[in-house]
Amino acid sequence: MSALNELSSLARRRGAATPTRKGDARAAALFLLPWFLGLALITAGPLVASAYLSFTDYNLLQAPSFVGLENFSRMLEDTRLHQSLAVTLVYVAVSVPLQLAAALGLALLLDRGMRGLAFYRSAFYLPSLMGGSVAIALLWRQVFGKEGLVNLVLGWFGIEGQGWVSHPDYALGTLILLQVWMFGAPMVIFLAGLRQIPDMYYEAASLDGASRVRQFASVTIPLLTPIIFFNLVLQVINSFQSFTQAYVVSGGTGGPADSTLFYTLYLYQEGFRNLNMGYASAMAWLLLAIIAGLTAVNFFASKYWVFYSD
Amino acid sequence: MTETAVAPAPAPERPTVPAPAPVPWPRRARSVAKHAGLIAFALLMLYPLLWMVASSLKPDALIFRETGLIPSQVDLANYTEGWTALASPFSRYLLNSAVVVAGCLVGNLVTCSMAAYAFARLQFRGRNIWFAIMLLTIMLPIHVIIVPRYVMFSEAGLINTFWPLILPKLLATDAFFVFLMVQFFRGIPRDLDEAARIDGCGHARTFAQIMMPLAVPALATTAIFTFIWTWNDFFSQLIFLTKPDMYTVPIALRAFLDSSGESSWGSMFAMSVVSVVPIFLVFLFGQKYLVKGIATTGIK
Repeated sequence: MSALNELSSLARRRGAATPTRKGDARAAALFLLPWFLGLALITAGPLVASAYLSFTDYNLLQAPSFVGLENFSRMLEDTRLHQSLAVTLVYVAVSVPLQLAAALGLALLLDRGMRGLAFYRSAFYLPSLMGGSVAIALLWRQVFGKEGLVNLVLGWFGIEGQGWVSHPDYALGTLILLQVWMFGAPMVIFLAGLRQIPDMYYEAASLDGASRVRQFASVTIPLLTPIIFFNLVLQVINSFQSFTQAYVVSGGTGGPADSTLFYTLYLYQEGFRNLNMGYASAMAWLLLAIIAGLTAVNFFASKYWVFYSD
Repeated sequence: MTETAVAPAPAPERPTVPAPAPVPWPRRARSVAKHAGLIAFALLMLYPLLWMVASSLKPDALIFRETGLIPSQVDLANYTEGWTALASPFSRYLLNSAVVVAGCLVGNLVTCSMAAYAFARLQFRGRNIWFAIMLLTIMLPIHVIIVPRYVMFSEAGLINTFWPLILPKLLATDAFFVFLMVQFFRGIPRDLDEAARIDGCGHARTFAQIMMPLAVPALATTAIFTFIWTWNDFFSQLIFLTKPDMYTVPIALRAFLDSSGESSWGSMFAMSVVSVVPIFLVFLFGQKYLVKGIATTGIK
């Protein structure tokens, strides 16, 4: 179902020689030519270069100068980096579970050919297509501003609201809410997963006298765990790289008081505002290491809760 | 069949009277309540979007006073003012975005499907290894390569052109779509292209005349996601486009914040609405492929 499964099955089949066919090698070289060029020039080449740059001091104007581990030792003392890591971790740790819970809850409500399914699915899915855009981030800035829509509504109840996006305690919360608002995409994946559960499981369960609650706990949830896992891995990887929302809502600063300084936003500031390209490269490798680490942890933990029926 | 899954289990204390033929009213009431709840929730979800559209039609002062969706005073000035509020008319930014999207579309549709054909149908040495590398690049954060990419394009004098945004797509670096096409090609019966080969078709013709026409649904999914992701893309466009007349729509919208502060929410909302209209249209007409694509391959 996903690239991840594909990779692990490739790893299992490791060692088995690929059958070859006469004439295919030349055709493959031609069909893969753009991809090979892209891999070399756009992906692998820059990857190697950025590994090198992470050990240098480089400001784009002068040639990079090798500084050994200086960038990495600076990371240990860089309080803004620590702040950005903390902000991003809180963001991921809060928004991903909330978003997946909303997605799963709605998918379960909408399951099994209910009337109006297509309408509800569209209504809930639309925000996830638009939520990543600058337009919606701008809207968020207004809605959660001092005189924004939320405070207008709170005003009806006599509550005088904060400027939510301009208060260091609440600004990150508004971004989390934006991420949760985009639960439609994982919901569609859950819906597809629910549809794959064969009816006979439910029939067998109800013949055995299982209640609906019991069916849910013993049939639906176990059979959905691979999809929950897949969504979890994907959303952790994606939300760790969130950028646009924080940039727009904070006007590029990560403020107020660095409370929305996402890791990628800080990386952008260092690399493309302050032209500390060496440091930005080092930061990028730390990002890769963290994402790879979290994904590995997810895979390791999955042994204990993900159920594969085959 | 689905009824068995939906039917609530009878409450144990009730005597087992067979249910009458018409739907018993508690169940109907529950269904009505469920729909009412879902509709209310859908409205809540969509309210910010609808409110943005409504606000784009209001004079600035009203945006901060009205929570409703029907403007008490309709004013199209936001659109005319917003259109010309920045250095270039907004049509310029729309055009720039359209050029970038068009380039990315051509790139992804042609080169990703070529690579996918090789991975799905050709037998060559090292295929599994290259395929694994391709899958790994899907998960590579762009941040790890963006600095050297910037340096490279800057050395080539291509900053403030669209090449840094389009060239990677012309070289099939959106590996996600290669994977999507590989999966689709695998589902096409081999008999079809084997027959074509026996009839003397080369790989080029098999690809162009047999596989591509059959792969239209996958191509449509690729096109739709390429469109939406490129149209919404902010990070790389922010980095590579710094000259105002090269701005794309997202970068131009951000410039509203810089240039006008918060004084003209109306025109900013108006241009925000303009900027999401293409996404909405794609959503409206391409929904089938969106849902199918997302469900079969599981993407964001």
